[in-house]
Amino acid sequence: MRLAPFAAFLAVATTASLAFLLLPIVAIFAELSPGDLRDGLTSEVTRDALRVTVETNLVAMALIILFGTPTAYLLATRRFRGKALLVTLVELPLVLPPAVAGIGLLAAFGRLGLLGGTLDGLGIDIAFTKVAVVLAVTFVASPFYVRTAIAAFEAVDPDLVSASRTLGAGPGRTFARVALPLAGGGLGAGAALAFARGLGEFGATIMFAGSLKGVTQTLSLAVYQEFDVEFDNALAIGALLVVASALILLMAKLVLAWRRSNSTLITVSVPSASS
Amino acid sequence: METLQLDLDHGLRSFRLELALTIGKETVALVGPSGAGKSSVLRAVAGLLRPERGFVTLGSDTWLDRERGIDLPPERRRVGLVFQEYALFPHLDVRGNVAYGARDRRTVPGLLERLRIADLANARVTELSGGERQRIALARALAREPDVLLLDEPLSALDAYTRRAVRAELHEFLKELQMPTLLVTHDFEDAATLADRVGVLVDGRVLQLGPPQELVGSPSDPFVASFTGANLLQGIASPGRDGLTEIALEGGGAVWTTDQGSGRVAVAVYPWEVSLSRDIPNDSAVNHVRAPVSSIVSLGNRVRVRVGPLTAEVTASSVARLALDEGDVVVASFKATGTRLLPVA
Repeated sequence: MRLAPFAAFLAVATTASLAFLLLPIVAIFAELSPGDLRDGLTSEVTRDALRVTVETNLVAMALIILFGTPTAYLLATRRFRGKALLVTLVELPLVLPPAVAGIGLLAAFGRLGLLGGTLDGLGIDIAFTKVAVVLAVTFVASPFYVRTAIAAFEAVDPDLVSASRTLGAGPGRTFARVALPLAGGGLGAGAALAFARGLGEFGATIMFAGSLKGVTQTLSLAVYQEFDVEFDNALAIGALLVVASALILLMAKLVLAWRRSNSTLITVSVPSASS
Repeated sequence: METLQLDLDHGLRSFRLELALTIGKETVALVGPSGAGKSSVLRAVAGLLRPERGFVTLGSDTWLDRERGIDLPPERRRVGLVFQEYALFPHLDVRGNVAYGARDRRTVPGLLERLRIADLANARVTELSGGERQRIALARALAREPDVLLLDEPLSALDAYTRRAVRAELHEFLKELQMPTLLVTHDFEDAATLADRVGVLVDGRVLQLGPPQELVGSPSDPFVASFTGANLLQGIASPGRDGLTEIALEGGGAVWTTDQGSGRVAVAVYPWEVSLSRDIPNDSAVNHVRAPVSSIVSLGNRVRVRVGPLTAEVTASSVARLALDEGDVVVASFKATGTRLLPVA
């Protein structure tokens, strides 16, 4: 069988892209014997880093959802001057180099930073603590959630919101009983994306929180530290992060696909229901 | 039951919405072309749109008074609004939708029964037909026990077949309800079937408000006449023979009317006043237009035949008797008493 030149070109380019994207991931597992994997995952460094990662990311996700959801709802449903600018500002951390995010957080919350004096007066020192990890993750990951959440709230038919109001529900109850359930799938997907980004956070964290084992050293930071100490450990942690990230991505896709197939199922079932 | 009064003044995209209405225990329809500001009226009454000036009161309750700075939010106005596309909550089943705003949840089963949707109580609203969705929207609005009912194009989301059945049903339902009801539609026939009084709304103003038979019987304005389905012929009026008014038509020829008038006018003739024949008939009709047939559209037992500038509505049997075909030259006749003379602005 002979492929047409263009089809052949597409096939070659796609094969090259996939091979390049998959090779490093395959290499992590290929370089790692099962025994090394077990030792790496049970090492003290890994266990400490896992604990720090889970703790800080859970708190960061709670903050992102708690503040991000109302922010996204306001930005999605209100029209005002300068809204586009505000949305752009919310999205800025997406494109900001992580090192810049780290130096910015230091400049704001560090001992010599903008709010440093105030915080110092209150006896609070954030830099190089778990709080710093939480702030770094929140700063870097929240745009992933807020952006998706804005789109999800915008997709809710404004007539449904109006209908809820004329049926006696105030703005708060309307948010809880109409907007939130209808945007739920999008919010879930956004949260998954933000969580995946948070797990991988490196640059801002290492600048603002450092890499103190058991305190601020997350899994990503542990990979960096271990790679010239105990390379197999670094590989094992890498494998763990690959699996976790893949699972989160898969979950986000499943949630979105489920919402979509659910809504298409409805349209498809109309003729069969009437027959 | 109390009277709904509204007086609105609000700038829309290309015109101002200026209208005042008093609605008692009756159904009032605002009918007009799309973009005439009909939905804005409903939204202002429901509290979804804040007009620049005006008031909305129900009996002694003030819902809106811009001068006094009163503007109750929608949830504090006792109003049931049925949206054009029904706006049912897709994440709730039929019962969940109806119960959403229920003042007393015990009324829900009765409402489901009354609107013949009890069998569908657990169905997803996205799986239902247009007629069923409309009844759910109506039940949901009524569960709130509103004092005013608002219907936005209640029939436009339905196909032609369902529409006739639902129209008759809705008419009966509204009659029993005995509540100030305001509906908007672009279809005069829908308005005439459903409402006690009809107002023709164009560019934000009510041109004429009255019982449907009054709008048809004595339209105040050429637009009202054409909107209610009349043929309009433009011309210059002057006193003619036998005390009739003669109108020299713009396109040549003349017609006569019993109405008085002079100068530039429009003559309104309803399609059912026009009869068709092969030759000028020997009857009391004084007005004859000889022209080729340009279209023949059958509507059940009636047929609409387009003859030159006129549309005639005749029985299917008379079309068969005349053996009409497109292109045939026929005579369209109507009496001088079957016409209305309207001044042209």
